Amino acid sequence: MLALLLALPVVAHLLGQPYYVSLASRLTLIAMAGVGLNLALGYGGMISFGHAAYFGLGGYVAGIGAYHAFDATAFMGLLPGSDNLLVLWPLAMLACGLLALLIGAVSLRTSGVYFIMITLAFAQMVYYFANSWPTYGGQDGLPIYLRNRLPGLDTQDPLTFFLICFAGLVLAMAITSRLMGSRFGAALTMARLNETRLATAGVSPYPIRLLAFVVSAMITGLAGALYADLNGFVSPSMLSWHMSGELMVIVILGGVGRLYGPLAGAVLFIGMETLLGGLTEYWQLFLGLVLLGVVLFARHGVMGWLAGREPHE
Amino acid sequence: MSATLFLEQLINGLQLGTMLFLMASGLTLIFGVMGLINLAHGSFYMVGAYLTAAVTAASGSFLLGLGAGLLGAAAVGALVELIVVRRLYHRSHLDQVLATFALILIFSEGTRWLFGASPLWLNTPEWLSGYVTLPGDARYPLYRLVTIGVGIAVAVALYLLISKTRLGMRVRAGESDREMIGALGIDISRLYTAVFALGAGLAGLAGALVGALQSVQVGMGEPVLILAFVVIVIGGIGSIKGALLGALLVGMVDTLGRVFLPLFFRGFLPPSEATDVGAALASMLIYILMAVILAFKPKGLFTAND
Repeated sequence: MLALLLALPVVAHLLGQPYYVSLASRLTLIAMAGVGLNLALGYGGMISFGHAAYFGLGGYVAGIGAYHAFDATAFMGLLPGSDNLLVLWPLAMLACGLLALLIGAVSLRTSGVYFIMITLAFAQMVYYFANSWPTYGGQDGLPIYLRNRLPGLDTQDPLTFFLICFAGLVLAMAITSRLMGSRFGAALTMARLNETRLATAGVSPYPIRLLAFVVSAMITGLAGALYADLNGFVSPSMLSWHMSGELMVIVILGGVGRLYGPLAGAVLFIGMETLLGGLTEYWQLFLGLVLLGVVLFARHGVMGWLAGREPHE
Repeated sequence: MSATLFLEQLINGLQLGTMLFLMASGLTLIFGVMGLINLAHGSFYMVGAYLTAAVTAASGSFLLGLGAGLLGAAAVGALVELIVVRRLYHRSHLDQVLATFALILIFSEGTRWLFGASPLWLNTPEWLSGYVTLPGDARYPLYRLVTIGVGIAVAVALYLLISKTRLGMRVRAGESDREMIGALGIDISRLYTAVFALGAGLAGLAGALVGALQSVQVGMGEPVLILAFVVIVIGGIGSIKGALLGALLVGMVDTLGRVFLPLFFRGFLPPSEATDVGAALASMLIYILMAVILAFKPKGLFTAND
């Protein structure tokens, strides 16, 4: 599946179809954000309805860095701006990690429905903050005039940028796979399946969950930073609860707690958006119907259906 | 900061609070009795507003429109329960969130399809468009006071319904032990449909009442839905008493924060900066309130069951 995703934009590029190259970049980044969410939602059983907060924050780090670099001003009068992605990426991940540490520390005290609602509420808090803070565009958003630079590469070139996004997705999937294969992954799985048993084995579930939550947010945040650069624009809509919902939809469509789930979900989602969006203005109506059908009748997502069984645990 | 302004804002807060209660009571009932997270509750709010606007425009009578909004939303709620929602009661919260998210997409796009993308206008009726003079010579719109009255009336009616009637007894029984009331020979699926329709009807009523104050448009239910979630999380999910208290708290804090925080910052910041900081902080205030409450009481102020 990854090979196919890699091959298509290359072909499109050779055929001189930059639209499809950037469509593939979008798909890749949405999948990558989904990979991040999947770590919390799928593997960790933490139903976060607020991952747009990290997706958007990552985007805003890229946007604000570029804004200050463009103006040669400083962030909060202290930090100079930068358009170097080698600076912006770690910064985006750091910012998202810190935010997730704060949100996770409070939210993980609760569970079940409360957790869903609280993560949603915190994301809304970030959303409204971005909406009403005028320095960085407020509700109009913040344009990135020139795509941020990576030394030695031409990020303006669609195919080069796609390859960067693709590397990000592969890296995120590799990290997930390595993490889940480790002792940490075993503990996280057990924290989801049977908390008491994990505690009896001498491992406290709370720090395990919190760490997974933070890593999950950092991956989603990096995807967000790339997404802002792809669009040349970041706005509060990246932080909105619709975005959180869409990310959840992608993970669940593909199959919760499966490595390739988010990618499959993103292919389906973007595919439907592109195909139905070409046919009718009201494509979201049909997206809703398909989604409803999947939830009611195909319970383990596309990957589960392909594999013909539930994820083994 | 004058006493009149304060009084006016206090009433505004009460008005937002009572409208939130109409939303939150249904949401919390549905969760308490059926264990369902219903994201589509905002859609019933929207349906109520659209039906009211359409029927009022067609018939010329606001009361007729209001009735259509309330009953229509309840009917749509019952239909949705019969077709979709009852398959979700035994599913995980994740499935419920996803399916009701899908319902939002269907309702929003469906409404856009039927009514077009531009907002509808619903005016307050002639006989409610006057003003009431408050102490201190401030004039306050009569219609807003009436909506507060409606909210209070609904709260009282809901209390009587749940504590005094047979249906209410079954609802309370359903909240405390779902299997048991089934075993006692009560038709739970009809009870569930009734509760869902009741919640949807209340949301429709809220949408209809607010629709006359703001424009009636697609997506109008979503900000309210999220506020209602904050309300029931603060109040304790499943508790109607908690929903009432949470609604008033959120209504007051949000309204007063938006007015007085910018004024407060003007005390020690330059005016333009004070407005920005105050506005940004005010928009986050209720979420901060929620986080603080949950840090001390992870299950909200009133815990109903489990």
